[in-house]
Amino acid sequence: MRFPFKLRNGKGKMPGFGLSMGLSLSYLSFLILIPISSLVVYAAKMPLKDYFGIILDERVVAAFKISFFSAIAAALVNFVFGFIIAWVLARYDFVGKRIVDACVDLPFAVPTAVAGISLATVFSANGLLGKILLPFGISLGYSTAGIVLALIFIGLPFVVRTVQPIIEESDAALEEAAASLGANWFQIFVKVIFPAVLPALVTGATMAFARGLGEYGSVIFISSNMPYVSEIVPLLIIKKLMQFDYLGASAIGVTMLIIAFIMMFVTNILQKYMLKGRQS
Amino acid sequence: MIKTGIVREPRRVKALLLFTAGVFLSVFIILPMVTIFREALKAGVAGYLKSFVDPGVAFSIRLSLLTVLICVPVNTFFGVVLAWLVTKYEFPGKKLLITVVEVPFSVSPVIAGLLFIFLFGSFGWFGTWLTDHNIKIVFAVPGIVLATLFVSFPFVARELTPLMRELGKDDEEAALTLGASGLQIFWKVTLPNIKWGLLYGIILTNARAMGEFGAVSVVSGLVRGVTTTMPLYIDILYGEYMFKSAFAVASLLTFLAVVTIIVKAVLEYAIAVQRKSGEVQI
Repeated sequence: MRFPFKLRNGKGKMPGFGLSMGLSLSYLSFLILIPISSLVVYAAKMPLKDYFGIILDERVVAAFKISFFSAIAAALVNFVFGFIIAWVLARYDFVGKRIVDACVDLPFAVPTAVAGISLATVFSANGLLGKILLPFGISLGYSTAGIVLALIFIGLPFVVRTVQPIIEESDAALEEAAASLGANWFQIFVKVIFPAVLPALVTGATMAFARGLGEYGSVIFISSNMPYVSEIVPLLIIKKLMQFDYLGASAIGVTMLIIAFIMMFVTNILQKYMLKGRQS
Repeated sequence: MIKTGIVREPRRVKALLLFTAGVFLSVFIILPMVTIFREALKAGVAGYLKSFVDPGVAFSIRLSLLTVLICVPVNTFFGVVLAWLVTKYEFPGKKLLITVVEVPFSVSPVIAGLLFIFLFGSFGWFGTWLTDHNIKIVFAVPGIVLATLFVSFPFVARELTPLMRELGKDDEEAALTLGASGLQIFWKVTLPNIKWGLLYGIILTNARAMGEFGAVSVVSGLVRGVTTTMPLYIDILYGEYMFKSAFAVASLLTFLAVVTIIVKAVLEYAIAVQRKSGEVQI
């Protein structure tokens, strides 16, 4: 199918521009833009004072704090262990590596509700792990810590899949040069490898953090869902909806939307930075 | 794979890293997966099979399949159109368009559901009109389908865009100069080139559409036997302490997830081979 010569008049217009543009714009408007505007317009009807009244309500602030800190904690755990797993997968050979590698994608593929009930069971008092931890006075199921556990599960593939290709591509020549200059493995790791991987690691952890902020399905089963203690923002929105408090739901919803856009912007910049580092 | 230089970390460090990764993956991935099947099979195979006699389970499977049957073809079609648009033409606002496609991945699933409540709910934009015409979208199947369309949309476009950009336009332009029509170019030139990437995108769309929980639970209103998809029915069963049944339904979705990652691994390999050869035929 490929021609050995460059076609001179190859710049002729590819047909279908109007059609594909029309279809794409219609679908994106119908599915994404109009629904988003409906929420924003609904929320915009309320005076700013009312908006801040809702957002600065004690219970709402508490929910934002819980969501934020759990997502941060889970992202930090994934920062460390995601890196180790990516490293092991990129550099070592062992039996069953293909299977382990595929398993890292399971959190992407397993529905969040399924992850939620199974994590809740594993860490519950008579679950496989809960049973072991109980004698030590550690109980992770149905608690605030449970939120972090669920978010670790959800976020892990973001870090591993972002970092793994970077470690695989890392410059062996550079490491050899460092070695020939007398650096030991630890110096090579700290001065050569880690700086090269760090942008990807930060990008992956940020993506995991962003995902964790909005996560709902896996969290609600393992968390005790108590207001002020373990109630995450998405759950609070659902509770407001159930109480027909549409203004409250729209105010928190718009805030979450704004945060999501900020996180999109940040990850975009990080990804660009990461790609630039990769090319140089 | 890169074999590193002369100086490598000591064996003890390597063993420690392998051990840590193993323990972490066991705790967070293997144990939860094992638990699903362990709980589902607690009453033996017969008890497991009996869980599916529940008409609610049968209904939820049918509804999930119906949702997937609508969402996967629609999102595949528009995903291909979008990838074609952003890789074959230059136009202002292209970056913005690509960003908009990413929105469903960036917002919380609960917000995704919320959007359709504000659009089609009784107090929403189209609320009065819909009530007047006796059309139910929210708390009914159309709402479930819409929310699922939203959350599962980006997969196909996202898989195809980098692939089609890499493949370039040379083949298509050659076909064009030979007098092929747009549709002919797509079927005979583009599609054979992107088939693995497309299949990959479809598999991911399918997994997400089957398993979506947050967005769907907001628009469903949990009307039993009307809007309970499989993930929602798991929630109901679990809430009613019918753990065995909850895990039995969960085991079906887990099985699907395992099949998904296997197919994903195979397709990634196929795409890598295609990239390496730089050629079309596989």
